[in-house]
Order: sequence, then C-alpha cells, then structure tokens
Amino acid sequence: MSTELAVVSERLQVVRGGRKALDDLSATILAGTVTGLLGPSGSGKSTLMRAIVGVQVIRSGSLRVFGLQAGSPALRPRIGYMTQAPSVYGDLTVAENLRYFARVLRASAKRVDEVIDAVGLEAERDRVVDRLSGGQRARVSLAAALVGEPELLVLDEPTVGLDPVLRRDLWAMFTELAGQGTTLLVSSHVMDEARHCDELLLLHEGRLLATGSPDELRRRTGADDLDDGFLRLVEGARR
Amino acid sequence: MSPSAAWATALRVFAQLRRDPRTIALLMIVPVALVTLLKYMFIDSPGVFERIGVPLLGLFPFIAMFLITSITMLRERTTGTLERLMAMPVAKIDLLLGYGIAFATVAAIQATLVSLVAFGLLDLHTSGPRWLVVFLAVTNAVLGMALGLLLSAFARTEFQAVQFMPAFVFPQILLCGLIVPRDQMAQLLEIAGAFLPLTYAYDALQRVGHDVIDARLALDVAIVLAVTLVALALGAATLRRQTP
Repeated sequence: MSTELAVVSERLQVVRGGRKALDDLSATILAGTVTGLLGPSGSGKSTLMRAIVGVQVIRSGSLRVFGLQAGSPALRPRIGYMTQAPSVYGDLTVAENLRYFARVLRASAKRVDEVIDAVGLEAERDRVVDRLSGGQRARVSLAAALVGEPELLVLDEPTVGLDPVLRRDLWAMFTELAGQGTTLLVSSHVMDEARHCDELLLLHEGRLLATGSPDELRRRTGADDLDDGFLRLVEGARR
Repeated sequence: MSPSAAWATALRVFAQLRRDPRTIALLMIVPVALVTLLKYMFIDSPGVFERIGVPLLGLFPFIAMFLITSITMLRERTTGTLERLMAMPVAKIDLLLGYGIAFATVAAIQATLVSLVAFGLLDLHTSGPRWLVVFLAVTNAVLGMALGLLLSAFARTEFQAVQFMPAFVFPQILLCGLIVPRDQMAQLLEIAGAFLPLTYAYDALQRVGHDVIDARLALDVAIVLAVTLVALALGAATLRRQTP
C-alpha cells in the first residue's frame, strides 16, 4: 500500500436541487487501496463520486485527483466510473455494449473478453441487456467501467441486488485490483460490506462523519459491528 | 476529435437500429405508403401530385430524423449513458458526428427508396435531376437531426419529446409554402416563414422540381446548412460535461 494520495478534497461544497449535497467536505483517498464510501441513501455518496469523476458542478472548495483538478480532460482516460443505475445500452448485447466502450477508450478487443470474464457474464455475452436480470445489468455496467483499465475506479453501489457468491467474488476482484495498484472508491449503504475495505469514509447528510480503517472505527465507537458503530457516530453528531 | 470514436458511435447506433426492425420497417414503408396515398388522392387532379410530390420526398427524412434523434438523445440523457460518455475521453463532436453518419445513412436509404417508388412506379415527374432531390433530402435529414438534438435538451420525458413534433415541425410545414404559396399568405405569416429553416428546404426542393438550378437554390442550401451547424453547435452546448 502506497502513501500517495489519489484524491484530495478540501472544504468541498456541492449544491444539488437547492440543498447542500456536500458540505465542507475534506477527505483523502490513498492510491492503491479499496476505500469504502458508506452512509445512508441521500447522504451525498453519489454526489461525491460524480464530483470526483468530473461530471458534477462544484460550488466551492477544491477537489484534486492525481494532483489535477477534478474534471480535467487529462483525467478522463484514467478514471472508470460506474453509475448507480446501470448506464449501458439496453437494446444492445453485452458484447456489443462493451465493444463500443472499448472502441471509444481505444482498448483492445481482447479486453472485452477479459472484462466479460471478470464479471462472470460469459454465458450472457450475446444476450440483449434489456433481457438480463437487474444484477446482470449492473455487472455489464461494471464491466464497462473496467474496460479502459483505469487507475481510479469509482463504483456507485456495484454490489446492490447481487447474490452473496457474486458479491464475494466482486469484492475479491476489487482487492486484487487494488493489489495491482488500482485505486478503488466503492459506495454502499450496507455497512456489512465495509469489512472488505482498507479505508472507510462515512458520510451523513453531506458531511464527513468519520474516516479510518474498519478496525479503527470499530475500536473508536466501541461497537462490534459497523452498523452499530455508524448509528453511534450519527447519534454523537446530533448531540 | 477522433474519427475512430465517431465511427464507433455510428456503428453502435446502427447496431441499435438493427435490434429494432419494426422502426426500420416504419421508416422505410410509411413514406412510401404516404406518397402512394397522395398519388391516388389526387388521381383526378394530377397537377397537385406533381406540385407537392417532389418537395414531400425531401421533407419526409426531415420529420423522421427529427423524431428519431430527439428520442434517441433523450434516452441517452435519461439512462445515464451520456453521463458515462461525458466522463470518458470522448469529444462531443465525435458523438455528434457518429450520430450524423448513422442517421444521414438511414435518411439516404429512406429518400432513395421513396424516390425510386415515386419516380419509378407512381410516375412522378421532375424536370430537375433526381439525384439532387435525394441529396436535398439528406441535407434536410441532417437539419432534422440537428434540431431534434437541440430540442431533446428541453424534454424530460419521451412524451414531451414527441410533442415537440407538432410544436416545432408542423408550423414549419404550414408556413414553408407547401400548402399555400408564401406570397399568398398574410404578410405577417410570410415574414414568419422567412425565419424558419424548412422554408428554405422547401424552396430548394420545389426549384429542383421545376429544374430551376440557380443562385437562389445554392443560397437555400447554404441557409439550411448554416442553420444545421448553428443547431448542432447549440445542441453540443447542451451536452454538458458537468451538471448541477
């Protein structure tokens, strides 16, 4: 694990729909780690991810990715982004979708097969995405984020609706990618998934509630499981 | 700009169309059926079919591509694929170019097919060159595409996008001179027509129909192309990299 910082946010403020989606958020993400972005829905997880990949208008504060301002054109080839709703073409097959994104990203045709294997969709490769199950569609979307072999992977709830076996396999893949030097930011509203992460960022109502490794957070809150720990932190913040 | 990204986008749009054979059938059969209907509606007054036949051949692709582009772009916006592409190293111009290549090809096929039927089977006459009718049909299709792209930014649902058709296309058809010659309109309407791009598209087509190949025809085509470029530039501006 390196100590290089992949993402640095300083007093970041984002306003969406008239309310503060992110408020005075300062945080860092270490390169080559799996960082979990946790918090209840509406806590600002997706907004932070959108800001990091450069599609979110920022009100104030600074956000730098690999030393460059978020949204810089030079960052686009280096970031893979999976949105919360599967953003792939429903009327194309799995392979057609990935071939398109591979061409746009100038990735090889071989890479298409690799990512289809990586997300376990070999048997579905020639099926039209609209006819797949929700979990399978999410995996096509994940594969599209992987296709360009990005240095930073920003994955918005990649494991929602997946069965436990697939969830385990995907988390194993995330850990493996981090071992190869990729930085991953993975959001979830299931606290249980936090144990797979090296570092955690806990968000609540657009503010950073706590950071640290899963063990540190457990120790600090005195709670055995992270769900309880999170609740204690929220109660503490309210007081 | 990267030709490979534009070409990849064109191939992707073709693949999407191929998955939807019913739309292709509608695109190809409906104009042919309508032209045939017109022919037999005016069987006892052939002058009418002669007068409106050629302009209609060139206007069908405009209407079809306006609708198809506004719906396709709206889908791209609402399903999140546009956000994904905007986060990728792809230039907006390449996306637009890709769409342009795909839809212009479809328009060319549509215009060729309906021209073959009209000139070959329905005895439609044109004094001007037939290839010029097909060429104008394709430029009008690209105009329809550019306007559809621009207007898709103002629709939130497909229902709204479909309603843009009567809102933006019908007035242009009414005022372009196809139904009543523009010099017979109330002056206010005649002036209003001068600000609508379809007026020039129609004027070019009816000039070719009468084999009037002159500077005014060239000006008509130039105006249609200029409006297309402006609409594309404004449409590209609505494809935002960053959204609030």
